[in-house]
Amino acid sequence: MTQPGSAGLLAGQSGDAQGTTAPTRRGTELSMLAFAAGLVTAALMLVEANQNESLTLRIVWYGLAYLALFGVAHVAVRKWAPYADPLILPCVALLNGIGLVMIYRIDLAKAEAALQTESEWENAVPKQILWTAIAVAMFLAVLYVIKDHRTLTRYGYTFGLVGLFLLALPAVLPSVIAPTINGAKIWLRLGILSIQPGEFAKILLLIFFAAFLVSKRDLFIAAGRRVLGVDLPRARDLGPILFCWGVSVMVLVAEKDLGTSLLFFGTVLVMLYVATERAIWIGVGLSLFALGCLLAYQLFGHVQVRVETWLDPFADPNGRGYQIVQALFGLGTGGIAGTGLGAGRPDIVPFANSDFITAAIGEELGFIGLAALLLVYMLLAMRGMRSAVAVRDTFGKLLGGGLSFALIMQVFVVVGGVTKLIPLTGITAPFLSAGGSSLLANYVLVALLLRISDAARRPQTGQKPKPVNQAPIAEAHTVMVERPQ
Amino acid sequence: MQLTRAGFLALLWLFVLAALRVVRSDLYAAAGIRVAVPGFRRSAANKTRGKAPRQLVVTHGALAGTRISLDGRPIMIGRADDSTLVLDDDYASTRHARISLRGTDWYVEDLGSTNGTYLDRAKVTAPLRVPLGAPIRIGKTVIELRS
Repeated sequence: MTQPGSAGLLAGQSGDAQGTTAPTRRGTELSMLAFAAGLVTAALMLVEANQNESLTLRIVWYGLAYLALFGVAHVAVRKWAPYADPLILPCVALLNGIGLVMIYRIDLAKAEAALQTESEWENAVPKQILWTAIAVAMFLAVLYVIKDHRTLTRYGYTFGLVGLFLLALPAVLPSVIAPTINGAKIWLRLGILSIQPGEFAKILLLIFFAAFLVSKRDLFIAAGRRVLGVDLPRARDLGPILFCWGVSVMVLVAEKDLGTSLLFFGTVLVMLYVATERAIWIGVGLSLFALGCLLAYQLFGHVQVRVETWLDPFADPNGRGYQIVQALFGLGTGGIAGTGLGAGRPDIVPFANSDFITAAIGEELGFIGLAALLLVYMLLAMRGMRSAVAVRDTFGKLLGGGLSFALIMQVFVVVGGVTKLIPLTGITAPFLSAGGSSLLANYVLVALLLRISDAARRPQTGQKPKPVNQAPIAEAHTVMVERPQ
Repeated sequence: MQLTRAGFLALLWLFVLAALRVVRSDLYAAAGIRVAVPGFRRSAANKTRGKAPRQLVVTHGALAGTRISLDGRPIMIGRADDSTLVLDDDYASTRHARISLRGTDWYVEDLGSTNGTYLDRAKVTAPLRVPLGAPIRIGKTVIELRS
């Protein structure tokens, strides 16, 4: 299993005290990547066949290009994070590839529709491929620059400030630069590119919270007043959670971005819980959340609309409920096994290639296919969580847990919204949806997770003292590791 | 047409299963720190290393729950202040017993105590090898070695 490529970098560590080398498992990663590439090529082939396009060697070239792109990422991981988790990159590659195929497939349908109505239609897939390449480059940059995730703690407050700045930026800028698109003011238009700074702010703020919680951990565990038999945290310890609640509500108000605020709030809550192991924080957080929801529902019209369409989308199936009704019809058409790639009509749903891409996939791959993709997401988050459990420093644990949870929370919010489990909030499915910022930010997130998993699985070096020189008995010490009550 | 549809779904699930297989091979690793590799050589090495005592645990008595990590130095047990494990026990002598490493095994020896040291009901008169998990009784205190 050990790779010759990693030998140079780890020459010093290979001969550690135990005399064994931990496997890097990069070979597993490469074969899984090849598997993912094969799957994506097969998907593309099916789409072409079902759309009656000519099946040419072109498809194979696309598949090879895709494999080459992730091959570069693989080589980088092999060089810069040789002990990283072998499953994270293939899962990401598969999701991204299926997303690209799906976006291409919706492009074909939209182009056909545009041809019939003689209207203009811009293909989304070239842009998305470009973004994928940029995102992989970003992924490499993060892996290269951050050699040790613990260095991030030094810039905790800086990251926090920059994150807040980015989060609030679209709200305060004039609408020439920050236009209101689809009812939300979260985009920045820079030349031809539109980016969502909130996506990057999310990761920066997560780093800040992890660093903050590591330094202030004791304060949170210290009990305050006891009210009704529950240890309430002291008021000043409540500061950060109240602050975070305030920020997320502020974002909700100013940018009408329900998804991001929900994601942000939930992730911080989970990090607090991970740091303190006290369920009271969940209670405090959820009650604050309920309060915020009630207030938002009372105050803002667009929240009321969302809730109403969630409760009864068929009340206005051609107006407000149109998106969700079409998504439900799409999922219903797909049924258990789906219509087959390229054989359905997923383009009827608005935003079929971004927010509603899970509905499109559910229609063409059915429950079986969508469940498999959700499992891939779950595996991704699980590997992240596992790295967080195994890593030895507290900051890594908190950051890894937070990032993994943020990823799976995004999936929950978007899939829950599309399937009418929770009110629909505009958020993209990580790696699947069309959207450059989301893709870029999620690749950075995955690079950080890989860095943490590399630290977690790297064999320890020279931590245990060797039993060679025996100290005098007087210096032998008693270590109290654990004492039951 | 139907065949390709089903075939693709099957492939998709095959990917998930392959991923789960990788997860499974990791599950057997201890606490996620080291990854298990199938193979005889490695597992044999693990077996002998896994059996080496790592800590001494007090299972009964006033100090129950105390753990001392074994780092190769001898463990002195008794009422003396400079003992590694200081017993506050009327039945223990000032210097009661010693547990020390000889080669790869740990041995317990009685240092001329009044009430004696017992290794699994047998009175310790000469240095005896201590197997993993065997109770050593000193007065009202029972200790054992664990990996």
